[in-house]
Amino acid sequence: MDDYLNVLEMKNISKSFPGVHALKSVSLTVKKGTVHALMGENGAGKSTLMKILIGMYTEYEGDIFFKGRRIAHTGIRSAMDAGIAMIHQELSYVPELTAAENLFLGNEPRRKFGRIDEKKLIENARESLARIGVRLDPRTKMKELSVSERQMIEIAKAISQNADVIIMDEPTSAISDREVEKLFEIIGDVKQKGISIIYISHKMDEIFRIADEFTVLRDGTFVGTQPIKGADIRQMISMMVGRQLTELFPERSPEFGPEMLSVRGLTKRGVFENISFDVRKGEIVGIAGLMGSGRTEVVNCIYGLDQADSGDIRIAGRPVRIRSPKDGIRNGIGLVSEDRKTQGLVLQLSVRENVMLSNLPLCSQAQVVSAAKERAIVDETIANLAIKTPTREQKAKNLSGGNQQKIVIGKVLLGNPDILILDEPTRGIDVGAKSEIYKLITKLADEGKAVIVVSSELPEIIGLSDRILVLHEGKLAGEVPRSEATEEKVMTLAFGK
Amino acid sequence: MNAMSQTIAEPNAKTGTTRFGGEFFRKYGLFMALIILCAVFSFLSPVFLTERNLLNVLNQVSINAILAIGVTFVILIGGIDLGLGSYVALTGCLAAMLAESGDGFLLPVAAGVAGGLLIGWINGVTITRGKLAPFIVTLGMMTAARGAALVISDGRPISRLSPSFNAIGGTFLGVQIPVLIVLAVFLIALFVLHKTVFGRYIYAVGGNEEAARTSGINVNRIKMYVYVICGGLAGVAGIVQAARIETGQPNIGTGYELDAIAAVVIGGTSLSGGSGRLMGTLIGALIIGVINNGLDLLNVPSYYQQIIKGLIIVGALLIDRKS
Repeated sequence: MDDYLNVLEMKNISKSFPGVHALKSVSLTVKKGTVHALMGENGAGKSTLMKILIGMYTEYEGDIFFKGRRIAHTGIRSAMDAGIAMIHQELSYVPELTAAENLFLGNEPRRKFGRIDEKKLIENARESLARIGVRLDPRTKMKELSVSERQMIEIAKAISQNADVIIMDEPTSAISDREVEKLFEIIGDVKQKGISIIYISHKMDEIFRIADEFTVLRDGTFVGTQPIKGADIRQMISMMVGRQLTELFPERSPEFGPEMLSVRGLTKRGVFENISFDVRKGEIVGIAGLMGSGRTEVVNCIYGLDQADSGDIRIAGRPVRIRSPKDGIRNGIGLVSEDRKTQGLVLQLSVRENVMLSNLPLCSQAQVVSAAKERAIVDETIANLAIKTPTREQKAKNLSGGNQQKIVIGKVLLGNPDILILDEPTRGIDVGAKSEIYKLITKLADEGKAVIVVSSELPEIIGLSDRILVLHEGKLAGEVPRSEATEEKVMTLAFGK
Repeated sequence: MNAMSQTIAEPNAKTGTTRFGGEFFRKYGLFMALIILCAVFSFLSPVFLTERNLLNVLNQVSINAILAIGVTFVILIGGIDLGLGSYVALTGCLAAMLAESGDGFLLPVAAGVAGGLLIGWINGVTITRGKLAPFIVTLGMMTAARGAALVISDGRPISRLSPSFNAIGGTFLGVQIPVLIVLAVFLIALFVLHKTVFGRYIYAVGGNEEAARTSGINVNRIKMYVYVICGGLAGVAGIVQAARIETGQPNIGTGYELDAIAAVVIGGTSLSGGSGRLMGTLIGALIIGVINNGLDLLNVPSYYQQIIKGLIIVGALLIDRKS
């Protein structure tokens, strides 16, 4: 029964939650042996659709046909047995067990009396890994592997469980560029074996590289499916967003003021060395480089989250000593850190409390908080940044990624910084929200702030920056002005060539 | 600490039709539990609902309530303090020593509270600068403080205390002073937690220490203060205890920390920090007090009482997990 063209057909799937109509008659057709990209803004319904596919939700309207036959999962196990596997964005594995043990978790080769056949376990693991061209010692503990290696184990696991469809959710958000190449190689191999991949990602350039077809969802409805070949990125975006997005990056004719930040000889043993640069008022300086090149570490030291071993920092010509975030804030530096969930927000607190996290002095007298003043300040921030939230008391964890990021930005802006540092400002954020944040960053620079943007997304850093500093293994590899900025140029410097 | 790892804002399946049920239960469920307990006991024992008995309950609960309020602060930042019972003994003996001679009450009270603050300060420094786990540090302090109490009292109870000191365990305008002290402590703590910058920072540090630090909050300082407050309130509890039995008793207080932490947990404060209400702690302490009192009135042997109490605590945690 191997003669089906479409390994998966989801037809007219609808699902509601109390008060929310998450999916309205959505269809998805995936051909055998292809990479099918699933796209859409956050909240479009991708996640709900996938949860139905993997059996997490068993109540829904519509039909699912898998390998030509109608199926109805009774749960996650039944979906797995049928041949559907999912590799979540946050990988699920047991850190203290080895790669081999994780690979065959629940499926271990047994000997008599229920004992695990250790030898066979390792042998089989080696085989599975070899099949996807991955080289690592299956006896290593998962916690000692890199994110990318752990991902490989999950892929090997899915294949060894005879999956016909593997769903990958934002697979490249936490791995380096070289590892992305490896992943794409493996995806290519997997395709050859006749396995299909549903690829969920916000990264357009990756989708163009790896996918054969794409499907767009918007607001819980099916917008369309098209082949990648011949597809136009602007059309893709307008399918996702429902409107034409004129240039993602706003045009700038910037006017630069005097030097605001001056960094000389900043060094941290083993992390970065002799970093020197200036940022003028009204300027957007981008910092690019491969993962591990020291970008985040440098800006963390400027802000005071970490301390450098040596070097000078001057703000508006004045030498300053910054030993803590409090010093940084006091000196007019604001940092929107890399990981909003662990560093920027207290997820269980409300939008209001998060916005005010570093700004309580603005609404309190003698250590006592004025609830009324607080509300006023927060409401203004919500309005100014167009943060989408039902109320200011909504817990931060319930907002979408883009709006969570806006909370952090709002918090930082209330400190009235002259120097604004943004580290990966649009990570995990959909296209519509990205565009809003780019407009915001540009506006802030136009208003005279000195802006530093650290980013791994080349189109983003090239589109935003007036100048790009490229780091390579902790050292300044070069500087690229906007007029000369191309992906090749930046990447070449980033690789140290 | 508890960063949720969903990047896509999904409609929360728990909202909507269950919203009314969930919120209502969370806000009033605890109070309802207390009412139901009182109803049950008043049905089983004719004595329970008398004025004398209820005032008795309040009085008995007061020491635990003070300790529970203090340790709520610590638990809110994700810490713990296991030494509360020993602190009660040590501060009680300190106060008693000074109340032995003469008729003062200010000096003994000051000594007791100061002793508690000092204990809290030592805990705080060891935990923040020494970077040691609160569990271990306060476990050690539990033993050390008990030892110190035995040392300064020479192992013997200190009695014959000044009448003005003993009066702390008495009444004022018909209301028991310990109950008034609990009320005062509760109101001040409520104000601090909900109306001050410091209080907000406590929730921030407990909710996500890293985010708090990145936002410029002095995390170590907040942690320090919280342990000092807990110690200081333990000092207050120690004074009330000593005044109540009119003795500085070095062996008193064994197991007090468990009752205090149980009150906090039953009250809905999460042991991992960042969420919880002081009102919950108070009701939790009342629930424990009512159970103790009710079971006493019904002549249930004390060993059985312990089993029942243990089951109720676990039950409370299960309910909390489900909601």
